[in-house]
Amino acid sequence: MKKNIRLTGTGGQGLILAGIILAEAALLEGKNAIQSQSYGPEARGGASKAEVIIADESIHYPKVLESDYLLSMSEKAYEKYNGGMKQNSVLILDTTFVKEVPNEKAAKTIAVPITRLAKEATGREMTANIAALGILSALGIVAEEPLKQAILHRIPKGTEELNMKAFEVGKNAVK
Amino acid sequence: MSHKKYLRNNKLPHIWCPGCGNGIVLSAFERALEAADVDKDKTVIVSGIGCSSRMPTYMDFNTLHTTHGRALAFATGVKLAHPELEVFVVMGDGDATAIGGNHLIHAARRNIGLNAIVINNNIYGMTGGQYSPLTPTGMKATTAPYGMVERNFDLCELAKAAGATYVARGTVYHAKQLTDLILESMENKGFSLVEAVSTCPVGFGRRNKIRGNYQLMEWVKDQCVNVKAAAKKTPEELEHKILIGKIHHAPAEEYTACYDKIIAIAEKEAKR
Amino acid sequence: MANNVKLLQGNEACALGAIHAGVRFYAGYPITPSTEIAEIMAEELPKYGGKFIQMEDELASMAAVIGASLTGEKALTATSGPGFSLKQENIGYAAMAEVPCVIVNVQRGGPSTGLPTSPAQGEIYQSKYGSHGDRGAIVLTPSSVPECFRLAARAVNLAEKYMTPVILLTDEIVGHMREAIDLDEARKAEVWDRKKPDCKPEDYVPYQPDENGVPILAPFGTGYRYHVTGLTHNKTGFSTMVPSEVEEVNWRLVNKVEQNADDIVEWEEVYTDDAETLILAYGGAARAAREAVEELRAQGEKVGMFRPISIWPFPERALKSLLPKVNTILVTEMNAGQLAQEVERIAGGETKVQGLFVIDGEIMTPEEIIEAWQGVAK
Repeated sequence: MKKNIRLTGTGGQGLILAGIILAEAALLEGKNAIQSQSYGPEARGGASKAEVIIADESIHYPKVLESDYLLSMSEKAYEKYNGGMKQNSVLILDTTFVKEVPNEKAAKTIAVPITRLAKEATGREMTANIAALGILSALGIVAEEPLKQAILHRIPKGTEELNMKAFEVGKNAVK
Repeated sequence: MSHKKYLRNNKLPHIWCPGCGNGIVLSAFERALEAADVDKDKTVIVSGIGCSSRMPTYMDFNTLHTTHGRALAFATGVKLAHPELEVFVVMGDGDATAIGGNHLIHAARRNIGLNAIVINNNIYGMTGGQYSPLTPTGMKATTAPYGMVERNFDLCELAKAAGATYVARGTVYHAKQLTDLILESMENKGFSLVEAVSTCPVGFGRRNKIRGNYQLMEWVKDQCVNVKAAAKKTPEELEHKILIGKIHHAPAEEYTACYDKIIAIAEKEAKR
Repeated sequence: MANNVKLLQGNEACALGAIHAGVRFYAGYPITPSTEIAEIMAEELPKYGGKFIQMEDELASMAAVIGASLTGEKALTATSGPGFSLKQENIGYAAMAEVPCVIVNVQRGGPSTGLPTSPAQGEIYQSKYGSHGDRGAIVLTPSSVPECFRLAARAVNLAEKYMTPVILLTDEIVGHMREAIDLDEARKAEVWDRKKPDCKPEDYVPYQPDENGVPILAPFGTGYRYHVTGLTHNKTGFSTMVPSEVEEVNWRLVNKVEQNADDIVEWEEVYTDDAETLILAYGGAARAAREAVEELRAQGEKVGMFRPISIWPFPERALKSLLPKVNTILVTEMNAGQLAQEVERIAGGETKVQGLFVIDGEIMTPEEIIEAWQGVAK
C-alpha cells in the first residue's frame, strides 16, 4: 500500500515542515517514508510543494508522479498541481484562499477554510499547516498518536498547546 | 646571526636576481625570528606565488608554498585548526593585493593571528615585469608601456581600513628598522601586516630608467618619510612620499581566541 | 521505529557521516543546494571542539581546508556547481601536495548558475578532470540518505588512506530528500586515520611513498619540518625539473588510485544473475532506474541493474564480467551522456550501449526509463 501526498501552497505557509512531520509520523508507525520538496528562489511568497510518499514496501523513486492526496492552500498552487492528481483521488482545499470548483479526478473533495479556522482557534495564521495535518489524520493517512508525537518533536517549544488546538480544529473539520 | 640556524643551506643559492631586495627582507625576517627566539617546530611559514613567495623554500620551518593569491586563506586554515602555531605569511604585492586582495581584507577583518609580510617591489617580477595594484601611477611596466594608467593602492591604509590591528611599513634600505617592525608585529596577537618596500632592478628599475641597483635603493630611500617626521609636514610636502614606521596599532581580541569562546558555548549546549 | 531511526536529509546525513569519520574542520561558502551541510557543521563541530569557518569565497574555503588538514585535522568542505568550478585550482593543489580532504559537490543544473534548486549530474568529468594536469581521482556517488552518511565517512577514510582529495558527488535529489536512517547502525562504520611517521625527524623524507604509493605527511607542529608545494616535487618535497623525478611523481599521483582501484571501487548489482539487459544508473537518478527495473521484472523481463557507487575509479572489472551475458546496457543519467562514454569504452563494442539522457532539471520518471528500455532492448 503506497500513498502519494502532495502539500502545495505558498512559501511561508509551513508546508515543507508539514511534509517532514507527516513523513516522521509514518516512520513512527513503522512504515517507510520519503519526503522531498521543490521551491523557487523566493523564501516567502513563491509556489511551494512538499511531497511525501508513505509505503509498507521500500520506496525507490522519491517523487510523487500522481497524487493520491493533494492539499492546495493557494489558488496558484491548485492551478499548477491539480493536473497531477490520480483518477479517483482525494483533494483538500483551503477555501480561505482557493475557490471550490468541481474536479473530475477527485473522488472526494474536502473543502475547509483551513487558515481561517486555524486563525480563529489559535489567533495565528501560521498554525494552518498543523490544522492541515489534522485533516490528513482524519483521512487516515497516518494515525493520530504518531502524528501528534511528530508535531511535538518539530514545533518550537512553548507552542505545543497552540498547535494541538490547530490540529484538533483541522481534524474536526472533516465530517 | 648565523644563517645556518634558520635556513636550509642545501637549498641555496636562491633564485633571486642580483640587486633584488628579497634577500634583505629574508635577513631582516631571520633577525626578527632570532630576537623572538621562535620554536622552529611550532612555526609555519606560508607563501603564495611569485619571486618573494619562494622565500619559505629556503627557511628551515614548516613551510607551505601555496597557490597564487591564496596564501592567507591556507594560513587561516592552519591557524584556526591549531592556534598554538605561530604563522607567518610571505606574499608579493601582486599576490597579496590583486589576486589575493579579497583574502587580505578578510584576514584583516577577522583579526586572525597571522603575521603577514608583503614584499612590495612595485611589479610582477616572476612573470617579467607586469604592473600590479601597487605600481605607482605613471611608472612603466611591460603591460603599461606608456605608463601605469590606474591608481595604485596604499597597502597600509588598505590593511588598516580592513581591520588589521598592527600595520607597519619598512624598506630594504632601512634594514634594521624592518627587523624591528617585523619583531614588533609578532607581539600583536591579531592580524599584523608589514609592508616591505623592495627593489626589482630587472623588472621595474631598468624599465623606469632607474639604472643600477644602488640607484634603485636611493630611489626608494628618497621617497621615504618616517611617520613621526611626517606628522610635522604638510600634505603638499608628503605628496608622492612613502610613510615608513609603525602606521597603526590598535590591539583587539584575536579571532581564534574568539572562536574558542564559541566552542565553550557549544560544548555547554551539547551537555544539556 | 528502532531506537535511533531518524528522518534526515541527505545533506544532513553527509555532515553527520563526516563528523563520525572524525572531521573536525569545515570551511565553506554558502551555495544552494549544499548549504545545509555548512549549517549543520557550524552547529555541530564546536560541540566536538572542532572548527567551522565561513570563508570569503569558494577558493578560500578550499585553501583553508588544505591548511587545516596539514596540521593533522580531518577537513571537509561542501559546495555545488559554480562553487565546485571555483574550487578546482586548490583541489588540484591538494592532489599535487597529497593533502587529504573531502569535497562534497551537491550537483545542480548547469552550466554556469544554471538551475540552483534543481538536480543534475553534470560534473562526472569535472570531478575527475576539473583541475589541470593528470592525477587519480576518487569520486563516490550516494543514492540514499543512509548512503550519504556511509559514503561521507568512507570518503574521509579514503582521503586519509590515499592522501588525496576525495569527492563525494551527490545531487539535489539525494541532498534534499528526507528518508529514514538508523544512526546507531550508521555509526558502526569504521574510521581510518592517516599514517604518521615513526622515524627520527632528521631521517624523515615526506614524499617517500609507502607500499601503496602513498606518502606519509607529518602534521605541522609535530617536529618534522618539511616543505609543501604545488610545484612538481621529488621525494624531499622540494621542486624539481629533473625529467626522471617529474615522471616518477606524475605517474605515482595517477597510479596510487588506479593501482589500488580494487580497494576503492564499489558498486551494486540488482537482478544481474540472469539479466539479458542492464540498466546502469547512479546517484539520485538510480532511484528512478531501480523503480523501472522492479516494474520490468514484475512484467517478467530479464533486466538487471548496475549501479556504480564509486564512479572514479569506475568498477570496470565488475561491469566487464557481466558483458558476456548482456546484449544491451541502457545508461540513464541526468546529463547529456557523460558516464555513458566510460561505459562505452568498457563495453568496447562487445555490448550495445544506449542512453537515456535527461537535462530538463527534473529527475527522469521510471516510465521514461521503461519506454527507453523498450526502444533499445526489444
